[in-house]
Amino acid sequence: MSMMRMSAAALALLAASALPAAARNQIQVAGSSTVLPYATIAAEAFADNTDFAAPVVEGGGSGAGIKQFCAGVGPRTIDIANSSRPMTQAELADCHANGVARVIEVRFGYDGIVFASGINGPDFALSTQDIHAALAAEVVVDGRRTPNPARRWADVNPTLPAQEIAVFVPGTKHGTREVFEEKVMAAGCDASGTRAELAALDGDKAARAACTALRSDGRAVDIDGDYTETLARVDSNPNGMGVFGLSFYENNTTRLKVAPIDGVVPTVASVASGEYPVSRPLFFYVKADHFGLVPGLKEFAEFFVVDAIAGPGGPLADYGLVPDPQLAAVQAAVAAEHVMGAD
Amino acid sequence: MSDPAQTAPRPRRSLLQTDAGTRRRNAAERRFRTYGAAAILTAMAALAVLMFTVFRDGASAFVQARATIPVVIAADVVDPQGNRDPAEMAKILTMSYSRLLDQALTREIARSGIQVGGLTQRDITGFLSAQARADLRRAVLADPSLVGQEIEWRMMTSSRVDAMLKGRITREMAARDARTSVAQYDLAMALRDRGVVRAGFNWRFITAPDGSDSRPEAAGLGVAILGSFYMMLIVLVLALPIGVAASIWLEEFAPKNRLTDVIEVNISNLAAVPSIVFGILGLAAFINFVGLPRSAPIVGGLVLTLMTLPTIIISTRAALKAVPPSIRDAALGVGASRMQTVFHHVLPLAMPGVLTGTILGLAQALGETAPLMLIGMVAFVTTYPSAPPQGLFDPASALPVQIYNWTQRADPAFFERASGAIIVLLAFLLAMNLIAIWLRRKFERRW
Repeated sequence: MSMMRMSAAALALLAASALPAAARNQIQVAGSSTVLPYATIAAEAFADNTDFAAPVVEGGGSGAGIKQFCAGVGPRTIDIANSSRPMTQAELADCHANGVARVIEVRFGYDGIVFASGINGPDFALSTQDIHAALAAEVVVDGRRTPNPARRWADVNPTLPAQEIAVFVPGTKHGTREVFEEKVMAAGCDASGTRAELAALDGDKAARAACTALRSDGRAVDIDGDYTETLARVDSNPNGMGVFGLSFYENNTTRLKVAPIDGVVPTVASVASGEYPVSRPLFFYVKADHFGLVPGLKEFAEFFVVDAIAGPGGPLADYGLVPDPQLAAVQAAVAAEHVMGAD
Repeated sequence: MSDPAQTAPRPRRSLLQTDAGTRRRNAAERRFRTYGAAAILTAMAALAVLMFTVFRDGASAFVQARATIPVVIAADVVDPQGNRDPAEMAKILTMSYSRLLDQALTREIARSGIQVGGLTQRDITGFLSAQARADLRRAVLADPSLVGQEIEWRMMTSSRVDAMLKGRITREMAARDARTSVAQYDLAMALRDRGVVRAGFNWRFITAPDGSDSRPEAAGLGVAILGSFYMMLIVLVLALPIGVAASIWLEEFAPKNRLTDVIEVNISNLAAVPSIVFGILGLAAFINFVGLPRSAPIVGGLVLTLMTLPTIIISTRAALKAVPPSIRDAALGVGASRMQTVFHHVLPLAMPGVLTGTILGLAQALGETAPLMLIGMVAFVTTYPSAPPQGLFDPASALPVQIYNWTQRADPAFFERASGAIIVLLAFLLAMNLIAIWLRRKFERRW
């Protein structure tokens, strides 16, 4: 009997305490795992320096974060979506359709994408052409599309080591993959003239798709996990080479050796100057509809991009972020609550 | 058995001499014993390797290098207006306080006469934890009379310096590491030799909340332990009464018909459902439908309750079954009602089995990660949840997802933290299993 009374009391307690859970006083953030470390650093500094509750930050990937963000308005939905690529028109339309009318886009810096191999392996000096020729699903040989025959890096470019091709690339759920396809594969395809050859064979549209398609014979492996998984794969495979974010590489230089691309070694400086070709902007999207509803939301968005945080010498740059040269304009846009689609 | 008289007489047959058949049987038995021993040895070796690597990588997480140096709280840095107004001083961000720490460390190096070549500003700033400036700012804002004074301040060093003292980073590695330098290594060793930097037990690792990617040395398990505790509380409060009530009804009162058969089969099936399925259910039912908050222990607790219920029901029913029918017969014989029989006699005798099953179910729930990933528990949470019941709705982390979370981070220092967290989790599991064994030993009755 006492058991039953206890369980009834417990259920009643739960039901009663479920009621006041509607409002919330901490900001909720989710999205890109590349942006995640920057968001946690900013969230921690925000809690250190203000009286607001520390924001809760989740990962999950850019696409997943934006989907949650656009699910609607109210305390059940997240306030900020992190993304390592710009929000698409379709995603913005989805947001608007679900009542999320005021979305502020904040570009807070840049990140380089680097190619790195095990610390004990040979040195690589790559070009986007080499990478495309090594990883493309199909190449043009004697005027015909053929499955990529390259087995070793030396098959692609005789100056490269005669090492088996084994590259670990972020999977398609990562924003990094999109940048990799656009800035490396497509760029290499253009530079080597393969795109022109493909277009002559099958037309422009097929050429665009063929340029970014990765080979699926096991020499290019999709990694759906985080960079730590890529690092573990590179560690265990002496021929392995991985695609990493610059800040991840900077944290693990004792285990990784970076490959210069087109002769430029990736550093915060070379990415900032635009010399290093493979970089992308990092964003977060703020739900301005939640201003006033979630305490500290606008303050956090502004705090994230102040010079002391996102500027040169700030904690984000210390961690590996390439500061945005136009940070002042970004700060002004956040302060003015400049929403997307307003102009 | 054939009559021995009818078999042909065989020479030299004796019990003392084994024939071919007996030798084969004996050899088969020896082989079987060897297989058994080999199986056990393999399992033990795997466990030993696992434990060895976890402790090798994780034991150092419980030790942390700290520096004790005098810091001058310069008024022009922390209170440029000079009016000691806390509201004005709060406008000075933590980044400014790192200047005070840099100056203090530089003075300390000069005072103790350490000569290190090639020491850059970055080496100095990166020597101390980013947590130190936040702590210093909090202390100054709490007590503005500190401004202008020199205080002896004890603070954590950065994770790289910590790793140098633990021997995880050698001088050669420091040269390759973009986040540190040989000069910083030499400085760390010199300050250690002078007793300025010392390693001590790291209580923060157990009590402090999670730290961001730029301060792994400050990351602790406090929020995760509290979150796991809240979830276990919910599981205990919900799963034990519901599970015991369900088992008593099924075992003692339910008629044996098709419906109860279906229920029984379903309970057994539920026990075998992969835990991720419960996570999907939790996301759909508790967060999207009921509207409970994400990352909250209440949702995690409810999901784990659903997952633990079949385990508790199955073990409780087994414990009830093990109570001899004679007990029930005797109680009914002296005129007890069936409910009195159950609650006065059967259930008390089955209690050790029930408690053992419950604790083992809780231990399983404590280590469960997959369902929590879907309901937002894999989050960066640095605020402790408040006391229950409100705290059950505050964001929190949990021990196993904290481990998962740390293994995803770039800084190698988080790998050490993750292994340390595994040790903490194993300690909790071991303690729970020991309690279960103790309860069984203490209250077990044999018939």
